Amino acid sequence: MSRIEGYGRIDRSRHVTVTVDGAAYTGHPGDSLASVLLAHDARPANTGVKLGRPRGIGASWTEDPTGLVQVEEPFPEPMLLATTVEATDGLVARGVNGQGRLSEVPDLARYDRLHTHCDVLVIGAGPAGLVAARTAARRGDDVVLVDDRPTAGGTLTGTETIDGRPSLDVVDEIVAELTTSPNVTHLQRTTAFGHYDDGFVLALERRTSHTDDGGLARRSRQRVHRIRAARIVVAAGAIERPIVLEDNDRPGIMLAASARDFLHRYGVLAGREVVVFTSDDAAYAAAVDLHDAGASVQVLDARATAPTLWSRRCADRGIAVTANTHVHGTRGEDRITAALVGPERREVACDLLLTSGGWNPTAHLFSHVGGRLAYDPSLGAFRPAAPRPGVEVIGAADGTFGLADILRQAGGVGAPPANEEPRDPTAVLWRTDGDPTRQFVDIQRDATVADIARAVGAGMTSVEHVKRYTTIGTAHDQGKTSGVIASGITAELLGRPVEDLGTTTFRPPYTPVAFAALAGRERGDLFDPVRTTPIHDRHVAAGAEFEDVGQWKRARHYPHPGENMTDAVLRECAAVRTSVGIMDASTLGKIDVRGPDAAVLLDRLYTNMMSSLKVGRVRYGVMCGNDGMVFDDGTVLRLADDRFLVTTTTGNAAAVLDWMEEWLQTEWPELRVRLTSVTEQWSIFAVAGPRSRDVVGAVFADLDVSNEAFGFMTWHDTALDGVPVRLARISFSGELAFEVSVSAWYAPAVWARLLEAGRDHGITPYGTETMHVLRAEKGYPIIGQDTDGTVSPHDLGMAWAVSKKKPDFVGRRSFGRPQNQDPLRKQLVSLLPTDAATKLPEGSQIVRFADDGRLPAPPVPMLGHVTSSYHSAALDRPFALALVKGGRERIGEVVGVPVAGELVPALIGETVLVDPEGARRDG
Amino acid sequence: MQLIACPWCGPREEIEFSYGGQAAVAYPADPASLSDEQWARFVFFRDNPKGPFAERWVHSAGCRRWFGAVRDTRTYEFLSVGPLSATTARTSVLPEATP
Ligand SMILES: [Zn+2]
Repeated sequence: MSRIEGYGRIDRSRHVTVTVDGAAYTGHPGDSLASVLLAHDARPANTGVKLGRPRGIGASWTEDPTGLVQVEEPFPEPMLLATTVEATDGLVARGVNGQGRLSEVPDLARYDRLHTHCDVLVIGAGPAGLVAARTAARRGDDVVLVDDRPTAGGTLTGTETIDGRPSLDVVDEIVAELTTSPNVTHLQRTTAFGHYDDGFVLALERRTSHTDDGGLARRSRQRVHRIRAARIVVAAGAIERPIVLEDNDRPGIMLAASARDFLHRYGVLAGREVVVFTSDDAAYAAAVDLHDAGASVQVLDARATAPTLWSRRCADRGIAVTANTHVHGTRGEDRITAALVGPERREVACDLLLTSGGWNPTAHLFSHVGGRLAYDPSLGAFRPAAPRPGVEVIGAADGTFGLADILRQAGGVGAPPANEEPRDPTAVLWRTDGDPTRQFVDIQRDATVADIARAVGAGMTSVEHVKRYTTIGTAHDQGKTSGVIASGITAELLGRPVEDLGTTTFRPPYTPVAFAALAGRERGDLFDPVRTTPIHDRHVAAGAEFEDVGQWKRARHYPHPGENMTDAVLRECAAVRTSVGIMDASTLGKIDVRGPDAAVLLDRLYTNMMSSLKVGRVRYGVMCGNDGMVFDDGTVLRLADDRFLVTTTTGNAAAVLDWMEEWLQTEWPELRVRLTSVTEQWSIFAVAGPRSRDVVGAVFADLDVSNEAFGFMTWHDTALDGVPVRLARISFSGELAFEVSVSAWYAPAVWARLLEAGRDHGITPYGTETMHVLRAEKGYPIIGQDTDGTVSPHDLGMAWAVSKKKPDFVGRRSFGRPQNQDPLRKQLVSLLPTDAATKLPEGSQIVRFADDGRLPAPPVPMLGHVTSSYHSAALDRPFALALVKGGRERIGEVVGVPVAGELVPALIGETVLVDPEGARRDG
Repeated sequence: MQLIACPWCGPREEIEFSYGGQAAVAYPADPASLSDEQWARFVFFRDNPKGPFAERWVHSAGCRRWFGAVRDTRTYEFLSVGPLSATTARTSVLPEATP
């Protein structure tokens, strides 16, 4: 056991048991998984990803490149750092060999999102952040303070003195003041992981990671805070920089400050025989503290002379300090047994080697928003160069390292004082002499100095290229300890100053974030809004199968027991063609166009003339873009001189409204027109078939529905029990048909009345699939299925819908371009497979038919493709619509469609296959 | 996530907005008089400068109104926003208002 009495902030009165690699270990609340293992002189069974060498715990927090575990309980999560997993009773984990495993059971935990606006966001609750937050809070600012560790205080160990008192007492006092300030939100276990434009920061709060039961029943597991702050103070501290040396990947090699952190935070002594190898003063504090806790310690300082004050403190304790000395390598198998010291590589026995090459300011969150970093040779690190508006970087994150200086920078004249500690300059030392193939730069990626040399040898001179070639900095830790060193060693190998090379770009997230947390509640049913019509439950009750059309759920067909889709659709089609069917068309887009210039606007947007439409009448219209390609189609009802109701395709409703608004606002603002979406206000039911007049006439007895009184493409208002209803004779099937429109509130009642009235005629609810077949039999295209943005009205055979009288409308000029006149453009035609049996798959290519029925040798010229394909009840055979090059000239020609390796012959024909004379329209 | 200052609603999250491309590309007064090439330039060609760019935006998930903006394409920073001008060519604006 390496647990030391009198140290640490764990709760020794209570115990937790964790299981790692099958062995049970006892720890205490407040422990990390790593500290429990170190307390038992254990480590996770980790091996390097490429070379399979054993790996231990190399640091005490998120910068650890090696101590990864796969957590199994309470919930499977891959690639977590043992240093950041809080030890809770029942936790089960195991070491990983560089790769994790995703959970195979669904994650039932909740993840949430919270929006916060504040005057000041302080990132980091170390001494700098705490003082900055308190200063802002006392000023009256709305303050949010986030910190990624379980408790505030940053790297303070309690051995420091602030304002004449133990530092952690001052921390407690400030935290207490912040807690009682109504204008402060203080969140621990909350990592600010991304900083974006205009003061926007994403922070992940871990809400249950420290509770034994996971707390899942009561609270969300994690929460993403979306914080918008007028001012951001980055007080994220600094990360110690190791010194690269031969075989520096062995378990038992650690950052100096991390060993000190394990001691003061968890009461764990990470080794008994300790060698400290440093080029910076801070590591001496680790040497002294570990000695005082009972370790045998010696210090090897790479600098020419050791710092005076620290040398005296060491001498007082009998800690040997040797200046001007390098560690060149290590010995050991599963754990370090010796450091190789000096040019003669003298073996110095140890079970813990601490290295410190200085500190890298944690400027990630400054850099995310484009904050420029510059190399500071006195630190051997990159620090913020020029300020960014609204962002301050203070304390160690700014390269300020003395506690007294940090407090002054954070709190100004009101800051609490601390003792001034002299600091000797850091000596920049990226690596010592040794075998570059065993000098690990990114220990997680098994990437060595030799790999950098290979990249440089291959001609790479940019650190960004070296990063991608060597993979240094691309692991879970994103190069927190390896990035700057990689820049330094690359610079050395290139013989260029590191300030010229710079460092690789920091990008969010600062630490890994689970996709579940980013998704929040937006998964499953809440992934995307689902729109249903007012009679959706009737479709469900009728056994409908649904399809998604945009966000809408539309009934696709209504299979009877034992029917498949083909059976059901054939039955529904036959019902419409022989008697009567009813379809819920409520999802159609509906736009109310109103104002004295409404007709002018529609004339400019539709290819056909709308101003000549009489009140009471309906016209089919086509809209094109400036490029002359069909964008949408639908019917237009003229409700009054100054009012139209425009319908759009279901999927395009919002786009059409946006399109109309854009023209109205940006191009023709003088037109007095208002556009209002009424899609959800009106429900529409299509009643179609030779018996539809009987059904509609029975329900709406006040209305004369005869062909003479109620002609094709006209509409009439009526009422049912005082509820206004609009009927229109519009047909998308070629049959006699009525569209019944009613306020969505009354839709279920009207639907029921129509079904009741149609019962004697066997009225059959039909779905979108049936509607598609019926319209295809009549050659009516579906925009977006039979068109793809490269199809003009002429290509669809709809020249009749293009006005020749109007001087201009959107798209008109493009019709005159030679490309639009090309006789070889793809044109909509029908295809009848000559075997009268094969249903051609939609999307199939169309090629010339060879007499031998075989696919010709490639390259095979493509003539077009199948856009719609169905079985037809009316024709008693399969048929298709297709876009074919010069298609109308080819009518009567047999082409080939490759289906499952066979060439199926198909006859090109006119698009209208059922009732080409239109005899059925009026019943 | 940027904030975009709608001239009517004030600063809002960028996901509320839609981009409308280059400003100052008015619909030709008489398309029929244009050559095919001139027409194709209007339909298909837009500037793509590095630096300040006059653009049209619409606050589609807010007030649904179109407005003009000058934006630096290097930094995405909105240098100014303002209503579409009613006096100059209608789609062309160099907004006078600043956020
Ligand atoms: Zn707005």
